[in-house]
Amino acid sequence: MTAQTTRRPFRWSRLLIYATLILAAIFFLLPVYVLVITGFKSFEEVSLATMWNPPTSLSFASFQKAWSGSEAEGFRGLAGNFLNSVYLAVPATLLSAILGSINGYILSKWKFRGADTLFSLMLFGMFIPYQSVLIPLVQVLQQLTKITGPLVESIASIPVTPALSGLPGWLAGFVPAYGTLGGLILVHVIYGIPITTLIFRNYYTAVPTELVEAAKIDGASLLGIYRWVLFPISMPGFVVVLIWQFTSIWNDFLFGVIVTSRPSVQPVTVALNNLAGSYIVEWNVQMAGAFITALPTLLVYILLGRFFMRGLLAGSLKG
Amino acid sequence: MRRLTRDRLVSILLILPSVLCILIFVYGFIGFTVFSSLTKWNDLVPDFTPVGFTNYERLFENQRFQIDLSNTVTFTVLFLIATLVLGFVLAVLLDQRIKAEGLFRSIYLFPMAISFIVTGVVWRWLLAPGTEATGAAGVNLLLENLGLGFLKSGWYTDPDIGIKAVVIAATWQMAGYTMALYLAGLRAIPDELREAARVDGASEIQIYRHILIPLLQPITLSAIIILGHISLKIFDLVVAMTGPGTGFSTDVPALFMFDTTFRGNRFAQGSSIAVVLLLMVAVLVVPYLIYNARREVER
Repeated sequence: MTAQTTRRPFRWSRLLIYATLILAAIFFLLPVYVLVITGFKSFEEVSLATMWNPPTSLSFASFQKAWSGSEAEGFRGLAGNFLNSVYLAVPATLLSAILGSINGYILSKWKFRGADTLFSLMLFGMFIPYQSVLIPLVQVLQQLTKITGPLVESIASIPVTPALSGLPGWLAGFVPAYGTLGGLILVHVIYGIPITTLIFRNYYTAVPTELVEAAKIDGASLLGIYRWVLFPISMPGFVVVLIWQFTSIWNDFLFGVIVTSRPSVQPVTVALNNLAGSYIVEWNVQMAGAFITALPTLLVYILLGRFFMRGLLAGSLKG
Repeated sequence: MRRLTRDRLVSILLILPSVLCILIFVYGFIGFTVFSSLTKWNDLVPDFTPVGFTNYERLFENQRFQIDLSNTVTFTVLFLIATLVLGFVLAVLLDQRIKAEGLFRSIYLFPMAISFIVTGVVWRWLLAPGTEATGAAGVNLLLENLGLGFLKSGWYTDPDIGIKAVVIAATWQMAGYTMALYLAGLRAIPDELREAARVDGASEIQIYRHILIPLLQPITLSAIIILGHISLKIFDLVVAMTGPGTGFSTDVPALFMFDTTFRGNRFAQGSSIAVVLLLMVAVLVVPYLIYNARREVER
């Protein structure tokens, strides 16, 4: 039995395999190539007819314009909205991870009667088209604003020194209400419950129940077991959930466009879509804007790709 | 004994907020949407006079909605075929002890990390056919330069192609996902199985046809459910890439719902579209959730 010949097919077929793989890689990288070279071209050099040609000189003009906008041409840059997305995604991601961890712990280690059915019912929330909840969602957020609105106002009007003039308004934005980042955070945390619970439940299910039982016999309480037994070994689970939630919240468009109508509050995906829909903005500036919008999640993917994969596979339910 | 009951209480208190949130924001809201789809609320001022299925009757007679449904079917079928085939082929090729496998994998998968809005904006310019003034642009220009000018097309601007052009962008974004699923599946199959088949004289192709592909069936099912439900509710990509298109040739129900409800303020009508959309997704997803729950119990 010559394992050599069965394991390694003929050379030409190896060549064919590599050729196909490289061809596919070109297909996936093509848009990135255009995105990058367009972004780095000077305005004089940009034209649809030469869009595949590499730039002859380096220029950041398109990025500059997409980032800061142009008062003369009358459009907003993405800078403010990029920051909005940061202020949105970071707290929303952290909150969903904590919630998911606790839910996953209880649904795997403190199962009560009907816990599995409850879990399945929760999971359904992950698949629904959000169109089927948007109308009441807007109504409820508007009702909520009647309660929290005065709070937004009073925080926003706290007197501060001129150096900190932006601070009260920024803080007020975190109050959950219709049209605020706080409202959007609330929405993302709630609709993130199914996926974060799923990932943590699967993660904790793999932890031997004997560990928990032993701690119970030693007299540890539910919260004690979480704090001293499960939480210390939860880091990989947290990394997967944090990456997953950060990516989906950063990339979300639908909730952003529904909950925030003021351009100064909108997340970056909504702002990019507005930028791209505007006839006064040149296509190279739109491309640069797309690049800026994609950058944070791309960086996460490049740096932590392994965990990104795990979240991806977890999303397909396989326990 | 008292301690255990206290823990039981704490466990219920801890999970209660999430359960209530899901109960209200998922099931309650769906209930409200179903309810409002049966009312006269087609104006800014709520009017909950019941009208039976009038909104649904009007919806299915609506030409835009008929086009949307046919677009959704076209899109879903082509998108599933493209992502499954491309993903499977790439996974099989990557499973042949490839040098730099990690690099290839990362390249195929990175679009998954990007927003559909970004994908839409980029592919809108790549598939823009160009004008009289500019000459061929984007992919058309590339084809021309490669001597493949006969493949040039109007892409999404051509009403006969319409939504099929969006499939290209969607496949670009999601094919890596099926690749990752299949590759994980292939890696989970013990090598001994292939070795045994080889010893029995099976060819590589036979091994795939009779052993590996059948073993990968659960993965194919998962991929169809996940990608299928994404495809049925596709919204962002279409908004950013094409909008409804000439003669609604790239329109989809999710976009129609958005326009009807939030631009047209016809809330009852919008609700009816949302309910149809939800039913389509539920038909696909609910059996899968039940199947998954059962399988877990068996284990």
